[in-house]
Amino acid sequence: MDMELLQQILVAAIKTGTPLLLVALGELICEKSGVLNLGQEGMMLMGAMAGFAGAYFTGNLALGLLLAVIAGMLMAGIFGLLSLNLNTNQVATGLALTIFGTGLSAFLGASLVGSTINGFKAISIPLLSNIPMLGALLFQHDILVYGSFALVAITWWVVNKTRAGLTLRAVGENPYSANALGIKVIKVRYIAVLFGGAMAGLAGAYMSLSYTPMWMENMTAGRGWIALSLVVFASWRVGYLMVGAYLFGAASILHLVMQGIGFTISPNLLAMMPYVATIVVMVMISANPIRQKLAAPMSLAKPFDARRH
Amino acid sequence: MLKTQARLESSKLMSWLSPLIAIVLTMLVSSVMFWALDINPATAFKVFIIDPLSDGYNLGELMVKTTPLLLCATGLALCYKANIWNIGAEGQLLVGALVGSYFALQANEQSGYLWLLVTLAAGALAGMIWAAIPTLLHQLFHTNLILTTIMLNYIGLYLLLWGVHGPLIDPDGFGFPESAIFADSVLLPTIMEDGRASISILLAVVFAIGSGIILYRTLPGFQLRVFGSDQPAARYAGYSSKFIVWSVMLSAGALAGFAGVAEVTGPIGQLIPQVSPGYGYAAIIVAYLGRLNPFGIIFAAFFMGTLYMGSDLAQIELGMPTAITGLFQGVLLFFLLACDFLIHYKIVWQPSAGVAQPSSSSAKQGAA
Repeated sequence: MDMELLQQILVAAIKTGTPLLLVALGELICEKSGVLNLGQEGMMLMGAMAGFAGAYFTGNLALGLLLAVIAGMLMAGIFGLLSLNLNTNQVATGLALTIFGTGLSAFLGASLVGSTINGFKAISIPLLSNIPMLGALLFQHDILVYGSFALVAITWWVVNKTRAGLTLRAVGENPYSANALGIKVIKVRYIAVLFGGAMAGLAGAYMSLSYTPMWMENMTAGRGWIALSLVVFASWRVGYLMVGAYLFGAASILHLVMQGIGFTISPNLLAMMPYVATIVVMVMISANPIRQKLAAPMSLAKPFDARRH
Repeated sequence: MLKTQARLESSKLMSWLSPLIAIVLTMLVSSVMFWALDINPATAFKVFIIDPLSDGYNLGELMVKTTPLLLCATGLALCYKANIWNIGAEGQLLVGALVGSYFALQANEQSGYLWLLVTLAAGALAGMIWAAIPTLLHQLFHTNLILTTIMLNYIGLYLLLWGVHGPLIDPDGFGFPESAIFADSVLLPTIMEDGRASISILLAVVFAIGSGIILYRTLPGFQLRVFGSDQPAARYAGYSSKFIVWSVMLSAGALAGFAGVAEVTGPIGQLIPQVSPGYGYAAIIVAYLGRLNPFGIIFAAFFMGTLYMGSDLAQIELGMPTAITGLFQGVLLFFLLACDFLIHYKIVWQPSAGVAQPSSSSAKQGAA
């Protein structure tokens, strides 16, 4: 394969993987605290809609971004209220959040379908972007992609190297012991859930302000769900998450590549590829259930209720 | 001040009242929303709840909307009762519609009713196979059922789009993504003079009642319920988890697949890309609203059907986007889940002792 094409594929894999990386990073933190939020798709859609609306009405992309993050956090707040305060089943509540977010974003964004804005543009970093291959891969992106690199680094550092990370993991492993040690379990979980919402909002904004600068009903097309598989794929480790996101990104654009080399397959069959790839990856990583059990936070999806113990 | 207190025993009364409270709360929230949109809430509720029941034609359309919801929700309730998270009704429905359409298109006016039966069976079988895939992967590789069933929903959707744009497209249809209109011999008989409601609504009710009887009056149903509420106990009693998982998943798949084929051979009469406005997802809410009890689900499905029907009418009469159905569905499910809190907790009034009482969230953290 010629280098030009390979470079294009890798760059596209990073662009396509970025929304997955952002939303999965939020879910990873959320799950580390023992909370399984299946509402990523709904939060992402709200982020995409709010981000687009904000940028469209104010003409300011940064304001759009801020609005998307707030929208994601508000959605996560609803989830927190139900699952953390009212101890509802996390699986069902997450599904409700997705159904709600899909409906609300479609409802509020109905008048924006077909509108256009100027999305985020790539910024070439002087000198560094001239490095052959690496320059194009890492230093010719828009600000959101650079931001995602930074967020991965910060999240990795917080989870693995700080006291806050230790507290987070303690809550996710055994909230009752953490509680006995004086850690405010519900507070920690709220922070993790809200962080997940903020990241999902950001991921949605990346979709509607950068990847395809527009708003369309259901435009995230299942990326929130793919991100949930990505967290399992990464066995709850931040570093693997980044590799996984770009691999999934590459899998999602495989159909474009195939069209590029001249394969003539129905575009609808090719559009299935990311979902098929996700199932194949899940089969590969789930084949060893013991490994998964050891990697997952012990109290994942189990409500914490001090009143009952 | 108000405080929450864990109940020693979960409340039977509340488990029946909570769906009703949830509906009332959803209506309150939607009133505020209508009011914010400058629509008189009374007018809106008339359009959403009364109009769908107002005349023969609307009642027929209500049954059309209710049928797939009832079929899918009955199957999902069996799964959820067994604590198996099947989110795949949407994909199973779409694949049932696709495969059913292939068979329906082979028919001509001379094909007898037998061919209709073959078509229906093919649709149900397709849904069953679509449900067998995640079940097999779950049994062999322990893949997460929620995620695989959702991925299969997307794959099913693209498969349907491929079919309707490709091999099943009407050659005389000027390139529109629609199949030819099916021969009358493979169309389900209607139950009313005017309107599109077919006998599938009756079958759906029969299937729901049948599932209810199996669930509450037979040994396999008992085993299923034990398996769902207490897996270790079920294992100790020697119930085969394999048998239970396979039987609920395949039943749910067959019911959803039948819902799909009943749509295309019933009210629609051909294969179109918009076979389902998200029936498979809404059925999750119907299953919960009906308390996972097939008898309750019959009422819940009619309620949700009214909502779909109402939003169609609201689009025509009030100019509201149809997306509002999804919004209501989400709010309703939130309230349903939240109200279940009342089953396990009671809210008590404790006179304030003059000192600041801990709020309910800090009280929850106990001795922290």
